[in-house]
Amino acid sequence: MSTLLQQLLNGLSLGSIYALIALGYTMVYGILKLINFAHGEVFMIGAYAGYFGASALGIERYGAAGLPLYLAVLVLLFAMAVAALLGVSIELLAYRPVRSAPRLTPLITAIGVSLFLQNAAMLLFSPNPRPYPPILREVRFELGGVIVTNVKLTIFVVAIALMLGLNWFIQRTWTGKAMRAVSTNIDAARLMGVDTDRIIRATFAVGSALAAAGGILFGLDQIIINPLMGVLTGLKAFVAAVLGGIGNIRGAVLGGLLIGLAEQLTAGYLSPDYRDAVTFVILIFILILRPEGLLGVVRPEKV
Amino acid sequence: MQLVRRLAVASAIGLVLYGIGLWLQGGVIEYVQRIVFLAGINVILAVGLNLINGTTGQFSIGHAGFMAVGAYGAAFSGVKLQPVLQNWIGAGAVADGLTLNVGLLVGALLAGLTGLLVGAPSLRLRGDYLAVVTLGFGEVIRISFNNAKFLGAATGFSGDSPSGLPALTTFFWVYAWAIAILILIRNLTFSQTGRSLAAIREDEIAAEAMATPTTRLKVLAFSLSAASAGIAGGLFAFMQPSIRPEDFRFDKSIDMIVMIIIGGLGSISGAVVGGIFVAVTLELMRDLQQYRLVLYALLLIVIMLVRPQGLLGSRELSEVLRSRFGRPKAQAAK
Repeated sequence: MSTLLQQLLNGLSLGSIYALIALGYTMVYGILKLINFAHGEVFMIGAYAGYFGASALGIERYGAAGLPLYLAVLVLLFAMAVAALLGVSIELLAYRPVRSAPRLTPLITAIGVSLFLQNAAMLLFSPNPRPYPPILREVRFELGGVIVTNVKLTIFVVAIALMLGLNWFIQRTWTGKAMRAVSTNIDAARLMGVDTDRIIRATFAVGSALAAAGGILFGLDQIIINPLMGVLTGLKAFVAAVLGGIGNIRGAVLGGLLIGLAEQLTAGYLSPDYRDAVTFVILIFILILRPEGLLGVVRPEKV
Repeated sequence: MQLVRRLAVASAIGLVLYGIGLWLQGGVIEYVQRIVFLAGINVILAVGLNLINGTTGQFSIGHAGFMAVGAYGAAFSGVKLQPVLQNWIGAGAVADGLTLNVGLLVGALLAGLTGLLVGAPSLRLRGDYLAVVTLGFGEVIRISFNNAKFLGAATGFSGDSPSGLPALTTFFWVYAWAIAILILIRNLTFSQTGRSLAAIREDEIAAEAMATPTTRLKVLAFSLSAASAGIAGGLFAFMQPSIRPEDFRFDKSIDMIVMIIIGGLGSISGAVVGGIFVAVTLELMRDLQQYRLVLYALLLIVIMLVRPQGLLGSRELSEVLRSRFGRPKAQAAK
């Protein structure tokens, strides 16, 4: 029983990271119908930005005590800003020129950007894994036989807070309303006076910032980061977005949590060897049984 | 008469291949020989992948998985078969050639069957969804090999002998298979079935309305494509002492996509050019080691931005040459 609770807790905290990344995939897909393969790399760069930000603030001085809260928040904001800038530049340089091309061209471009960022990161940051600085001091406590750390709780809380913030942004602000309009029908939105280029840029900025937050949380959770960390994690987050129904924001959150839980339960009860495979098995089943995803809407196809 | 002529052409090609093979074995350094082999294997991969990605317009980005199935299938059956054949007909070129080809056929069969299993459910999906499912399957296949104890798991499969897998791949067989697959796929592409495949690419719903059995044809093209990736995997396996799941990572699928994109999606001769180009460039850039993949990725992006249709577009090399140097067809007819 306590192992099950432990797995559930770990699964939820991992799943909330996937959910944060999945949001970026789903938002971009909702608007451009593009699988942004480079999103996993934005997540990776976000984690590295957090790493270098924390080093610049002299994290060594604080030792295992972790940064004071206001500095930790500063690191988070810095990484989110770097990633937002990166996301917007990718859109401007690589995706905008091919936006009206046949659908495969942007997809291949995205794969190219992803490969480029991976290899550039290996060149700049060295391919070796780095230990992630203890931005938070770890406190462990036991709750009914389950070991809870404040890191896991923080991950969960920060992720939920960001998602609520996103929800507010999408539902209550003018830009958010415009995003929903563009994702429903880009041409109609343009006719209604929405500056679609600006909205697409904003979508990339917000999605990338969330991925960077996910990157820092991932670093705190897994303790090490490396330039290829975005490949598998990005894929899993994408699967989460598809599972929830791509283009659907609540679906991405639900999918992320489910994938995190499935992965932890597989690792705990079957074999850790299959923790990565289970995601893809889920993907294959969901696409065959319900391709529109759990919360997605079926749209009829037209010639 | 036609049969006799074809046999004559085939044996002439065979003799030429055999001759080049002997010459390569004699004088040329191993390094160059390896590139030449890899170029041939790439051609098989590219032409096979082009059938599904280019001609049929269904995007697979997990073909490394089928290559892995072919490689493991060929290596495993080859290693088991070799001693039996050597006992039976004695060690030598005949036993080696038989082992290689039976191994390749086993690998191709397994890869084709895997393609059928993967394709039948997932080809109902369209466009980028299909891309992601094939990617997922490719990863599942690789992770399965990573955990398969009898195939050496993550350390790789090197057969029973301490010297590793037998080096059975020769110039003759690489290029004999490449030419055979090239001819097979060319004939398929320009047949009625090929026209139906192109119709699926152009407009699937319209093709279906014209009573084209779209799902069946897509699965057929996908399985054939997987089987040729299997042949390439087998040839690749018998080139080195051991094969590891690491050899068939997602990057390998990307390599294949780069090959067909450089040449031009949908063009068979483009796939040939792209396959050779990738083998040679990756080797030439080896000195740049760490910059190699950065440049490679940039190349991919630049091609997409500047010339998304590839070098040849969907045209064949012969059409391009004719329009550039020869008289236009219409005038020639007058």
